[in-house]
Amino acid sequence: MSEALLEVKNLTKYFETPAGTLHAVDGLTFRLERGKTLGVVGESGCGKSTTGRAILRLHEPTGGEVVFEGKDITKIPQKEMMKLRSEMQMIFQDPFASLNPRKTVSEIIAEPLRLHKVYKNKKDQDKRVLELMELVGLSERLVNTYPHELDGGRRQRIGIARALAMQPKFIVCDEPVSALDVSIQAQILNLLKKLQKEFGLTYMFITHDLSVVNYFSDEIVVMYLGKVVEHATSEDLFAHPTHPYTKALLSAIPIPSLGARKERILLKGEITSPINPKPGCRFAPRCEYAQPCCFEESPELKEQEPNHFVSCHFSNKF
Amino acid sequence: MSTEKTKKRSMAAEIWQRLLRNKMAMLGLAILAILALLAIFADVIADYDTMVVAQNIPERLQGPSAAHWFGTDEFGRDIFARIIHGGRVSLVVGLISVSVSLLAGGSLGAFAGFYGGRVDNVIMRVMDIFLAVPSILLAITIVAALGTNLVNVMLAIGVSGIPTFARIVRAAVMGVKDQEFVESARAIGETNTAIIFREILPNCMAPIIVQSTLSVASAILSTASLSFIGLGVQPPDPEWGAMLSSGRNFLRDAMHITLFPGLAIVVTILALNLLGDGLRDALDPRLKQ
Repeated sequence: MSEALLEVKNLTKYFETPAGTLHAVDGLTFRLERGKTLGVVGESGCGKSTTGRAILRLHEPTGGEVVFEGKDITKIPQKEMMKLRSEMQMIFQDPFASLNPRKTVSEIIAEPLRLHKVYKNKKDQDKRVLELMELVGLSERLVNTYPHELDGGRRQRIGIARALAMQPKFIVCDEPVSALDVSIQAQILNLLKKLQKEFGLTYMFITHDLSVVNYFSDEIVVMYLGKVVEHATSEDLFAHPTHPYTKALLSAIPIPSLGARKERILLKGEITSPINPKPGCRFAPRCEYAQPCCFEESPELKEQEPNHFVSCHFSNKF
Repeated sequence: MSTEKTKKRSMAAEIWQRLLRNKMAMLGLAILAILALLAIFADVIADYDTMVVAQNIPERLQGPSAAHWFGTDEFGRDIFARIIHGGRVSLVVGLISVSVSLLAGGSLGAFAGFYGGRVDNVIMRVMDIFLAVPSILLAITIVAALGTNLVNVMLAIGVSGIPTFARIVRAAVMGVKDQEFVESARAIGETNTAIIFREILPNCMAPIIVQSTLSVASAILSTASLSFIGLGVQPPDPEWGAMLSSGRNFLRDAMHITLFPGLAIVVTILALNLLGDGLRDALDPRLKQ
C-alpha cells in the first residue's frame, strides 16, 4: 500500500439550527492514496458537499482529524492554513455562481497567483495565466471576456484552471459536472482525468451520478445521512454491493439497451431528518430488512472483506 | 495572434470606455465639470468682497438683467456671483460629507452583513440608535458640541448619514455573500477583509451609487438647514441652501432670489444622478452592449 496523502479520521460536522443540531457529517473515516480518486456518492443532503468543505476547512469541522501529508490540518492556525490552501483546492459545482461576475477570465485565474505572490512581475503572471488556459483548453482570445459571456463548459474550465494555478496536490471536485450538458460533462471529465495523469493529482470526487463515479474513481464511499454506509473499490462496489442502500442505489442506474429489464429496488418513505437523529441505523426506517435491533443500535463500519467496508448489522447475511 | 485582443486592458480604462458611450452620463459629467470650474475660478469671475458680500441697497430685488444675470437679492448683491461662490461651499460639503457617510457607513454595513451574528447585532443596534435621532437634530448636536465651522458641518452631516449607508450596504452584502464565488475566494486563501472588498463590494455597487448621488442632494439641503439656524455658513457668506431660505420672504415679489439657488441645487443633483446611473451601468460588465 502506497503512502496516504490524506487521512480523515472520525470527521464530524454539526450545524446548530433553531430546530436542533443538524448532523451533516457524522464520524467519517477514510484514507486516500496519492494519485488516486475517491468517489463520494449519496443523495441530496447526505453531507457529501459538507464533507468536502470540512476537509478544506471551508466549514470548520466540529470534530475529528484531517491529516494531510502527515499533518493534522484541523488544528493549525488560520495563517498556516492560508498557505496550505495552495496545496488543496476545490472545483465547484455551479460554474455560473462560482466565478465573480465582475472579473475577467484572466483576473479570475490570476487571483491565486496574485494572492500567494508567486510572480514578482506582471508579465510572468500573465504568461502563466495563458499557460493555464491552454492547459484546460481555453482559447487565448478569451482572456478579456467575462464569465457571463461564456457557456457552462468553458466556465467550468476557468474554475479548473484557477484550481490548478497553484499546482495543488489534492482537489475536491464538488459535483463538477452536474450543472453541465451531458456532452460537455464527458469533455470535462476527460480533462480532469488527463490533468490527473499529467500532474499526479489526487481527487475527492463528490457526485450523485453513479455512472460518472464508476468511470472516474478508484474507490467509492457511499454516504447516507452523514454516515458512510459502504466503502470499497469501484469494481468491487459495483460487482458486489452489500449494503441495502447501495443495492437500491445501483439498481436505479438505467441500462441503455432496449428491452433490458432488471429488478429495481424502490425505497419507501422519505429521507429521515438529519436534525437530532435517533439512535440506531440511519437507514433503518427505509430498509426492507430492518430488524428491531437496527432501530436501537448504530452499526459500526466493519471490514466485511479486504478493503470492503460496510456499516450494517446484517451485512454478512446478504 | 492578435495582440490587440489578448492584451490586458486595465479595468479603469474599460469602465471609462463604457461610460463614454453613455450620452446621459456624459451630459451629467459635463454639467458637473462646468459647476466645478465655476467654483474653482469663482474669484476670477466675480470678486468676493465687492460683488458677493458688499451690500448695494439701491439695486436690491432687481430681476434678471444684462448687468445682473440672475438678478439681485434683498441687499442688492448679485445672485449669479453668490451662486458661483456658494458652489464652493455646497459642492464641497455635499461631496465630503457623503464620502464620510459612505466610507464609515459602508464599511460598518459591510462588516455587519458579512460576519452576521453578534458583530451584526452590535453594529446595527448602534445604527438604530443613530436612526432614532432625527438626522438634522444629530447634526445640530454635533456642530453645537464641536463648534461652528465648515469642517464640523461636513463631519456632522456625514455622521448623520452613516446609518442609511450601513443599512443599504449590509443588505446588499448579505445578498451576495452566500454565492459560491465567495467560497471559491476563501478556497484559494483570501482573507475575510479581502473577500469583502475585492469580491463582494464590487457586486454591490448599484444601490451604493444610487444612494450616494441622492445623499449629495440631502447633504446640501442639510447644510442649508444648519445655516438657517446659525450653525452652518455664517451670513453674509453665500451658500446655496442659505440663499434659498433667505429668499423665501420675498417669494411673492422677487421669485428669482429663491429660484436660481434652487435651480443650482436641482441641476447639480440631476447631473450627479445622470453620472451615477451611467457609472452604475459602466461598472457592471453584464450590461455591456
